[in-house]
Amino acid sequence: MTFFDKFLRIRELGILTIIIVFVVVASIIDPRFLTFDSWRAVFMAIPLILVMAMGQMMVIICRHVDISIGSILAFAAIAIGLIFIEYPNTPLWVAIIITAFVGAIMGLINGIIVTKFNVHSIIVTLGTLSLYRGLVFIVSGGRQIDRNDIPLSIISFSQTSFLFSIPSILITSTIIVLITHYMMRHTIIGREIYATGSNPVAAHLKGINVTKITLFVFTLCGMLSGIAGLFYASRFGYVNPGVTGVGIEFIVIAGVIIGGTSITGGSGSVLGTFLGILLLGIINVALPVLNIPGGYQKAIYGVIIVAALALDQLIIYRMKKLRSLKNV
Amino acid sequence: MFKNINNYLSENPVIRYWIVRPEWVAVILLILSIITSIQLSPFFADMAFILDSATPYVEYGLIAIILTLIIISGEIDLSIASMIALTAVIFGTVYNEGVNLYLSAIIAVLSGGLCGFFNGILVTKLKIPSIILTIGTLTLYRGIAQAMASDFSLGGYPSWFVGIDYRYLGIIPIPVIIFTIFTLIVGIILSSTIYGKQLYLIGTNPETAKYSGIKVDRIKLILFLFSGLISGIAGVLTTSRLAVARFNMATGAELEIVLMVMLGGTYIFGGRGNIFGTFIAFWIVVILRAGMNVANVKIQSQLTILGAMLIIAIIFTNYIYAKSQK
Repeated sequence: MTFFDKFLRIRELGILTIIIVFVVVASIIDPRFLTFDSWRAVFMAIPLILVMAMGQMMVIICRHVDISIGSILAFAAIAIGLIFIEYPNTPLWVAIIITAFVGAIMGLINGIIVTKFNVHSIIVTLGTLSLYRGLVFIVSGGRQIDRNDIPLSIISFSQTSFLFSIPSILITSTIIVLITHYMMRHTIIGREIYATGSNPVAAHLKGINVTKITLFVFTLCGMLSGIAGLFYASRFGYVNPGVTGVGIEFIVIAGVIIGGTSITGGSGSVLGTFLGILLLGIINVALPVLNIPGGYQKAIYGVIIVAALALDQLIIYRMKKLRSLKNV
Repeated sequence: MFKNINNYLSENPVIRYWIVRPEWVAVILLILSIITSIQLSPFFADMAFILDSATPYVEYGLIAIILTLIIISGEIDLSIASMIALTAVIFGTVYNEGVNLYLSAIIAVLSGGLCGFFNGILVTKLKIPSIILTIGTLTLYRGIAQAMASDFSLGGYPSWFVGIDYRYLGIIPIPVIIFTIFTLIVGIILSSTIYGKQLYLIGTNPETAKYSGIKVDRIKLILFLFSGLISGIAGVLTTSRLAVARFNMATGAELEIVLMVMLGGTYIFGGRGNIFGTFIAFWIVVILRAGMNVANVKIQSQLTILGAMLIIAIIFTNYIYAKSQK
């Protein structure tokens, strides 16, 4: 196998090519796209989604999908907002722990229902999507958490920096991404997640506790969504029970799927997911530059999701064919 | 005592067949929700009011009937709510371009059929799991609707068309009658024709169904097509009721529609379920919604109840299914 062959086999290459083509075309149409400001906008838009996508990626690798993450985000954000109103001096690290804890509990509930009753996770999380959203309204009384309720230290988390003027929010999410990458590649639990996704029955026979892995994955997904709730409060400076996190799950799922994570489980990488989210972020920023109305954004995301699903299925076919040829 | 009942049931399979059925959960829940609603508000127990408040849900009910068939055959369609919005927006756009009202309604329904056909083709030809594919097309169709209508409300219909579903036969609204007749027809097709039996076999074991000579892919494709067509009709009806078409119509309706099917005891992995359960579950949703409205429960807080109901419904159905397998 030549070096070039090996290079072609890297699954992330396709998405990287699309990103490069998109950036080149966009900057030919309008050179403004290459300015520092648009790239700053891209990298300020993605941390929130990136953190959630790390959790969602693990869930999808495990053959499940969690569509309640938008409501988990909103609930964690409302919870921390109400705590800020009572105790304005809550330090950042306490806030992170609280949101992570709240999210983890909600993710765990999803996981318990999915594993205990053996129902498809999309149906379960369709239920909890509404359940948690209703709880957000009940807990907050329908009242928005305003900018002056959120302490300055939290707001400045997404604006100031402690390293090379890169905002702290971006550094934090990068750390989370790197930890996830390490976990998925180099720890036992990471490999067990892949094993569970590629064949749950075989994983069980091999001595992997599939139930435990599934619970772990859902809990982690909820936890990261909870942390994303704090990021939301910090980044946008308000939390609205009816707006915060609505529909964000589809953006996250889109990013994960176009990043090459297979919905039939067992394959997917942190790098691919990062590139997928990056592509969505670039599209998001490029639309106004290219004079395309903002209303088209969702349609474009939809086309991308469906195309990625179709492509994923074609790749699986191709691999099956190659395998059967080898066996002959 | 439970042991006695269990013994009795296992000795009498016919009685057991009639007693251990998920639909009874729906019936019990229906009675419970009626009692609770009457407790919550004295204004609730009024037949005309309940029938009236069923009218807006008839569109969801029609789709739930088709969705029951799809779930029995082992697939699912979650893009229904987006198809309602898309067809409504297409209807509004085409009508405002100056096309005849009837013609634009037909175009809208057909475009709904096209959406459903697209879902069906991707599911049957490319073998993409429908549950994840329709999550994708959910975003896609809603996105197309948003791109077409942006933030405008498409209105300006003739006054006879607005509220066309508010006609009565006695105290019964005509949509409710149509819904009941539709339920009966589909129920008869499902329970006593060969097509119904084929659907159950497809859901139980698609491989066996294929080798028994059933055209699995074609039947699934037709079901998805119908899901689109009915969503198109629902889109036009919703436009008539609201007098405008917007891209964010029927947001979150997939919850209520799936809830109707799940509460009715249809097994999520296919092969089990019936139309009667969905019909009862339709009334559960109507009564819950109406009861909570009369009791001044906030619309958003109602989501909690509906979401919890969905999860409870799934748990019960699975539990009863597991019991009846023993």
